[in-house]
Amino acid sequence: MNTDNEVLIKVEKLHKRFGDTEVLKGINAEIRKGDVLVVVGASGSGKSTFLRCLNLLEEPSDGKIFFEGTDITDKSVNINLHRQKMGMVFQQFNLFPHMTVLKNMTIAPIKLLQMDKTTAEEKAMELLKKVGLQDRANAYPSQLSGGQKQRIAIVRALCMNPDVMLFDEPTSALDPEMVGEVLEVMKQLAKDGMTMVVVTHEMGFAREVASSVAFVDGGVIVEQSDPKSFFENPQNTRLKDFLSKVL
Amino acid sequence: MNEFFESISKSFTKTFITDDRWLQLLKGLGVTLEITFFATLIGIAVGFLIAIIRSTHDMTLGNKKCRKFSDYILKFLNFICNIYITVIRGTPAVIQLMIMYYVIFASSRNGIFSAILSFGLNSGAYVAEIVRSGIMSIDKGQSEASRSLGLNYTQTMIWVIIPQAIKNILPALGNEFIVLLKETSIAGYVALQDLTYVGNLIRSRTYEAFFPLIVVALIYLILVLILSALLKKLERRLRSNEH
Repeated sequence: MNTDNEVLIKVEKLHKRFGDTEVLKGINAEIRKGDVLVVVGASGSGKSTFLRCLNLLEEPSDGKIFFEGTDITDKSVNINLHRQKMGMVFQQFNLFPHMTVLKNMTIAPIKLLQMDKTTAEEKAMELLKKVGLQDRANAYPSQLSGGQKQRIAIVRALCMNPDVMLFDEPTSALDPEMVGEVLEVMKQLAKDGMTMVVVTHEMGFAREVASSVAFVDGGVIVEQSDPKSFFENPQNTRLKDFLSKVL
Repeated sequence: MNEFFESISKSFTKTFITDDRWLQLLKGLGVTLEITFFATLIGIAVGFLIAIIRSTHDMTLGNKKCRKFSDYILKFLNFICNIYITVIRGTPAVIQLMIMYYVIFASSRNGIFSAILSFGLNSGAYVAEIVRSGIMSIDKGQSEASRSLGLNYTQTMIWVIIPQAIKNILPALGNEFIVLLKETSIAGYVALQDLTYVGNLIRSRTYEAFFPLIVVALIYLILVLILSALLKKLERRLRSNEH
């Protein structure tokens, strides 16, 4: 953990209810600049809901989320401005099917950052080069493989120069042989110092890249530690049980 | 045999040539096209407006309670839209047309204007439901991805949701315009001399039923064929954008 770095996201007593079911029951977390927090847990434990609360795709029922010092759960805050600084990658990629790869990547910077088209496209091409997809710039999403789509989705978010990247099970919808190429991009991103919150089932990724791993069970974080002690010396019995099943 | 041809040629002449009746038909066609064109524009405008209000209401409020002042406005607008759709879909177009002409515009008795407005508002209710179903058919992930980039609700609608929705609803929308074109044939009820009215007028003057009615039917058929072809072309162009 980079304990000296400034706190980027601070979550206090986060609750989320869907009707009568309480999915999140008081989550506290702190994410510092440069951290890679990997969130694991069984399906239905609330880990995706937690992630989606961070940029308010789900509206928290209770609790506070501070992003760069601002309480974004405050109704008077313009969430759109903060979302520009929080990139998000989804399980189902969610590329815009009616736009080319280049348009997918440049629409937000052009509309929101008032970037002119040439500058935005140059930046997009640079990012495409990084993930080895510069020759697909004018393709439509339906012409891409799953792994390619997800890599595009990652660089689309990066086009906005975010301060943090949220990953919601980015490899779960991929064919096994395509998981590697996406994880590779994420590893590179972590190496470049990007702050990341990753919900995933890829334990290898967690062990190798995470600065901290959190285990969510029953709507709370029951254990959080550095990857080494998380995987080799788990304390919580539910976590031990979970790890024995997935490892 | 000769007699047969002679009678056909006589009917034909009576129907189209005498008193320049072909010119009357042409003018009728003009009226039909004028009403259809402007009513379509009104229908699209009203339809999209209502669809956006209704789907915004369904997506953001749903069954939730109102919390802000703008929530109450949205709920009220949604309520008005629901009544509008219910009334328009629940009453015959010809009654709506006559109410527009004899009641609402009773003082001016402007037939063309009444008809355009009446057909436009009628079509709007149907277009609204088509567009709404198109908006609702777009995967939630699309709007989530757009919002996560920082685009606001309106920008998401304009750049991400509606372009995809239009592509999905184009066949249904085309169908609605075809129905609208043919529905204008009731314009004669408010003394408008549209294609159907002129055809019927010629029939009653000449006591010839076959030519005027068949020709009017053929003209409608050709119009619909042209409209279908244009829509198909548009559809293909939109699809080629995506593969």
